[in-house]
Amino acid sequence: MMNVRIIPRLDIKGPDLVKGIHLEGLRVLGQPSEFARHYYENGADELIFVDVVASLYQRNSLKEMISRIAQEIFIPLTVAGGIRTIQDIKEVLRAGADKVAVNTAAIKDPEFIRTASRMFGSSTIVLSIEALLENGRYLAYTDNGREYTGVEAIGWAKKAEELGAGEILLTSIDRDGTGEGFDIELTRKISEAVSIPVIACGGCGDLEDIAGVIREGRADAVSMASVLHYAVASGRGNSVTTGEGNTEFIRSGRKALPSIKELEISGIKEYLSSRSIPCRHGAGCHV
Amino acid sequence: MGPGAMSDKKTVIVDYGMGNMFSVRRACEHAGIDAVVASDKNTITKADSVILPGVGAFGNAMENLKKLDLVAPLTDMVASGKPFMGICLGFQLLMSESEEFGCASGLNIIRGSVKKFPVKNSEGAKIPQIGWNSVLKYPGGDWAGSMLDGVCETDYMYFVHSFYVEPEDSAIKCSRTAYAGIDYCSSISTGNIFGCQFHPEKSAWTGLKVYANFKKKIGGA
Repeated sequence: MMNVRIIPRLDIKGPDLVKGIHLEGLRVLGQPSEFARHYYENGADELIFVDVVASLYQRNSLKEMISRIAQEIFIPLTVAGGIRTIQDIKEVLRAGADKVAVNTAAIKDPEFIRTASRMFGSSTIVLSIEALLENGRYLAYTDNGREYTGVEAIGWAKKAEELGAGEILLTSIDRDGTGEGFDIELTRKISEAVSIPVIACGGCGDLEDIAGVIREGRADAVSMASVLHYAVASGRGNSVTTGEGNTEFIRSGRKALPSIKELEISGIKEYLSSRSIPCRHGAGCHV
Repeated sequence: MGPGAMSDKKTVIVDYGMGNMFSVRRACEHAGIDAVVASDKNTITKADSVILPGVGAFGNAMENLKKLDLVAPLTDMVASGKPFMGICLGFQLLMSESEEFGCASGLNIIRGSVKKFPVKNSEGAKIPQIGWNSVLKYPGGDWAGSMLDGVCETDYMYFVHSFYVEPEDSAIKCSRTAYAGIDYCSSISTGNIFGCQFHPEKSAWTGLKVYANFKKKIGGA
């Protein structure tokens, strides 16, 4: 079995790290670079940065942030949100990203996946699917869960693989930010439908959820936000300096939803190892 | 000179339109290697050392190298004894040939071939391999003084590939890695040449050791 990757997901709004529930009601949690460095040093296998309002405001604010972070963090960095053109991909890669995740632009024009994967290599192009269960069918949404497309998620995943996508970032809108656990059925259906790796995202509340989506959902990688962010933020409430979003939550010193445990990446890796799920863990002989 | 201080020796990272050179440049900067990204043969010929990175298809890569008239300059560069590092596809290109889409010729600097992982394999492993894997010593192997100096077998490197390298001369094999039921050669070291299938620039502190070792090979004030 392949080493399972643990990938913190950092939702970015303007200069801030934010987190919502069902991709909405964004709360400011702190400065992205601080969180990124913490996760890197703690054993994160990759990082995903999502510009959560990029599609909405037609802007691309992540580039500067990525170029600073890439100076000191030497693991794969994926950028999502607002990737609309080949030029956008070039600029984001030049800034320091290794991969881009595409959702809205790919649904509007599936050939964009083919063009982009031929130009940059499949391993650079990740298809992002934001799925919502409706009347027994998983449907893909765009614009961070705001826009209905009617596109059926499993068929879309297969098509994207044919077009050249190298991985799938699969986010359950129903579960996002709730801590109620990953949508295992969704993950398993997509993972069985394609032969490219699937990154499960949305709903992580505790360690058992992670083991579950790997074992039963057949996820190749697991991405999470709240469980990691709240553990960091609870010790760093004073580092919130910018104010583009709702900072009330973090200033109040309140905790996350009770369903969301505070986890460290090193602890997740130890737990997975104890459950015989292989992963990159420990610092090797690094001192 | 302390770590991080810039060398006066010029390293060229070859840009031949195959993937992202910028992460390689950043890792060089971090290690104090004075590196430029270039695709013209004059700059490459004048370099004190060369890094050949790359992701994507073997055939396209050779085509691009030919279009840029870089095949002879790279071969000469390696023959001159200057430090040379091939990463991922840049490692595979050193070989004689690849079985990708039938058969394609490589730079033929190292005798050996490039083979595809079996898509149907006993482990049900997905192809490409995307993720972290162990690098292990061959029996009797020693990494002291090599490009893997300081790396240990409990460390992991980051891999993205569907093809792996099979050199003819087992004496040049530096590390091995197992995936999809295949125990393959994940790096080679011979004279001034180092080649690795993993991406040291994406392999955290473990991979940065490879860049620090490359800087030692380059030398300079």
